[in-house]
Amino acid sequence: MSRLPYTDVAVAVPITVPYVRYSTRSAHWFLGQALAEMIRAGGLRKEDIDGLAVASFSLAPDTAVAFTQHIGLSPRWLDHIPCGGASGVVALRRAARAVQAGDADVVAVVAGDTNHVDSFRLMLGSFSRFAQDATYPYGSGGPNAIFAMITSHYMREYGATRDDFGKLCIAQRTNALAAGSHLFRKPLTLEQYLNARPIAEPLHLFDCVMPCAGAEAFLVLRSSRARELGLPHAVVRGAIERHNAFADDPVFVRGGWRVDLHELYAMAECSPSDIDFVQTYDDYPVIVMIQLEDLGFCGKGEAPQFVRSHTFTYDGSFPHNTSGGQLSRGQAGAAGGLLGMTEAIRQLTAAADGHQVPNARLGLVSGYGMVIYDRCLCTGAVILGRPQ
Amino acid sequence: MTMPLPPPRRKNPVLRTRQMNLPPSARTRVALGLTVCAARGRFALQRCAACGAIQYPPREVCRRCLATTLRWTAQDGHGQLLSSTRLHHANDLFFRERLPWRLGLVRLDSGPSLIVHLHTDVPEPPVRVRVSARLDRSGRAVLVGLPASEDCNLGDDPMLREMVCDPRYRKVLVTDGTTSVGQAIVRALVEAGAELVWVGQAEPWKRHGSGIDRLRELPQVSIVPLDLTNGRSVEALAGAIAGKVDIVVNNAEVHRTFGIAARRGLDAARAEMEVNYFGLLRLAQAFGPALKARSADGVASAVAWVNVLSVFALANFPAHGTFSASKAAAHSLAQCLRAELRTAGIRVVNVFPGPIDDEWNQNLPPPKVAPGALAAAIVQALRDGLEDVYPGDVAQEWLERWREDPSTLERELATGFER
Repeated sequence: MSRLPYTDVAVAVPITVPYVRYSTRSAHWFLGQALAEMIRAGGLRKEDIDGLAVASFSLAPDTAVAFTQHIGLSPRWLDHIPCGGASGVVALRRAARAVQAGDADVVAVVAGDTNHVDSFRLMLGSFSRFAQDATYPYGSGGPNAIFAMITSHYMREYGATRDDFGKLCIAQRTNALAAGSHLFRKPLTLEQYLNARPIAEPLHLFDCVMPCAGAEAFLVLRSSRARELGLPHAVVRGAIERHNAFADDPVFVRGGWRVDLHELYAMAECSPSDIDFVQTYDDYPVIVMIQLEDLGFCGKGEAPQFVRSHTFTYDGSFPHNTSGGQLSRGQAGAAGGLLGMTEAIRQLTAAADGHQVPNARLGLVSGYGMVIYDRCLCTGAVILGRPQ
Repeated sequence: MTMPLPPPRRKNPVLRTRQMNLPPSARTRVALGLTVCAARGRFALQRCAACGAIQYPPREVCRRCLATTLRWTAQDGHGQLLSSTRLHHANDLFFRERLPWRLGLVRLDSGPSLIVHLHTDVPEPPVRVRVSARLDRSGRAVLVGLPASEDCNLGDDPMLREMVCDPRYRKVLVTDGTTSVGQAIVRALVEAGAELVWVGQAEPWKRHGSGIDRLRELPQVSIVPLDLTNGRSVEALAGAIAGKVDIVVNNAEVHRTFGIAARRGLDAARAEMEVNYFGLLRLAQAFGPALKARSADGVASAVAWVNVLSVFALANFPAHGTFSASKAAAHSLAQCLRAELRTAGIRVVNVFPGPIDDEWNQNLPPPKVAPGALAAAIVQALRDGLEDVYPGDVAQEWLERWREDPSTLERELATGFER
């Protein structure tokens, strides 16, 4: 049975709660700020929101359920999304089906986390059962060690160099400065990138995201409802997700996108060459390269060459992570999984002040989340377009 | 190639002694299976009884067929190193104080991918490696990637030395030098490179020709008065040397061969308890805190506590009934000691020999454990970083029966083994 298309599903009102390095507030504060700003920016009443999807690590022990009481909301559709960097895509897919089926009219997707001075370290040891038993006792500072090994393996296998990774990072910093980053305010040069202190070889400082506090949010609703509310919006053209794909690969070299890629472009009735900009999940630059391959922009192992033959700033030949991505904005926990989505909505509603991709009509947003043991398990992607 | 470890420099007494921050010790219950095997020197992973798939990380359910009977099965550890990294940053204090630290990703020939601590001598990937399970300083198993071929200096790798309790360059107290076992242990430790061995003698005025005098010929040996039945004797020695001892080997024991009916009164049983149980307690109270304080004190830090127990501690051997009871009590106390010293990273090594080839086991048939073999097993256990050691064929057989079913072993011991 072929799947129902995402006809008439819109995304609107992208919200970013400014990121800060550390905060004494809790996750509830950041998520609440996101919702308040969303209501204000969208000209909504709080009661208009009848569906809610929440992604957050530091909300614990609370979940989306407790959060409804915390903020005094009574939704008729509720979801808690534990997919980390894939939360944006996953939440969008679930919310899209809810509004298509009429289970909800207006779904708010919010993701965010706080960052106390020692909270990152404390989270690492209890992140997953497998992390507790098989990675945390090995001293890795979070996912750095495993992604260092994925990077090293990829470099050896496919000839990527630190210069290639640096090129991606520098372009993202350029994008971040144009978009108005709160945490990163200085340009990055290749020399600085290459001479940065080592973290876990071959990863150096600027290959790693900076943990911070913040939140991202957007609305999912039917296009007709968006028009009624007078909201600038983008429409969903196609979406895929896949978990724990290629589990027998001894090292991560390809992700679940590959399994469902044809369906993604078939649903969207387009091909990779039609895409005007791409927002990948950039926890480490090697993962960007793997996504470029697995999302069909080049063949397996060809990303290093692809990177050398393109420019990645918002006005470049391949606009990529046009807000600066996590590498140049910071990783506000689960908000990192929505960063690409809010940016894509801005680009497609011509709201990307100062870093607008010219004539942006189709954008691809990719998610990658939850390093449980030796790789992230959740992958997903969505193609968004301007309304016809 | 790992360079041989140079003798540690004299410590500057003005400088602060480094304190121990343990590596992360939290594990799920099922993952403790890896630790239990590693404590006995085995590298085992879960194998599905239904489909044979090897699992890692430890699971409750087979990743291939969903069966739930996953048995810990010995692995040869052969595999391919696929990638490696050198950490220059760590959030965890134990590793932060020991950077840089090498890690590897290994595809085991039997299937799973493993994240391992990587030995310095393993070349850059891709290359063959041998994976082994070791206890880290928190007393929990971790996997280590070793060079495919053995090297004599393997144990001098800084990572591996953190996992084991090598007596080389360390100062050791052996609590009783008057027995053949005690003398064999002292000689084995000296041969293993111990810097100094203090050897206890309970009644130094006795001229009993025990052979302890011949130990004096060894320049590393110092005979000291130590009577475990006397709290003041234990305290006095601790006051003099406890702050310098890196390894305690408690081999002092009283062994009489009676059950209940064959010897009226409590004198023999009380003498056994006084040394085997209360002696351990006195020793632990006097020396334990000092060891804990020096557990991160450089490459020759305080590191281990060895208890020479008996396989009779597992189940009562009626012919040596009261001795068995005293060793069972000592075993129980040693478990308490292990839990308490673990918090500082000091390893408690419990040794459960079968009948030793000495005068108190005169009436038992061979095979019996030669004192030299017992001493070699203790040194090897320290070098491998083991916790539970069962030297000798009898001990191995008892262990197998005991692990299968302690109740059956008890009945067998009452009547003799049915063949």
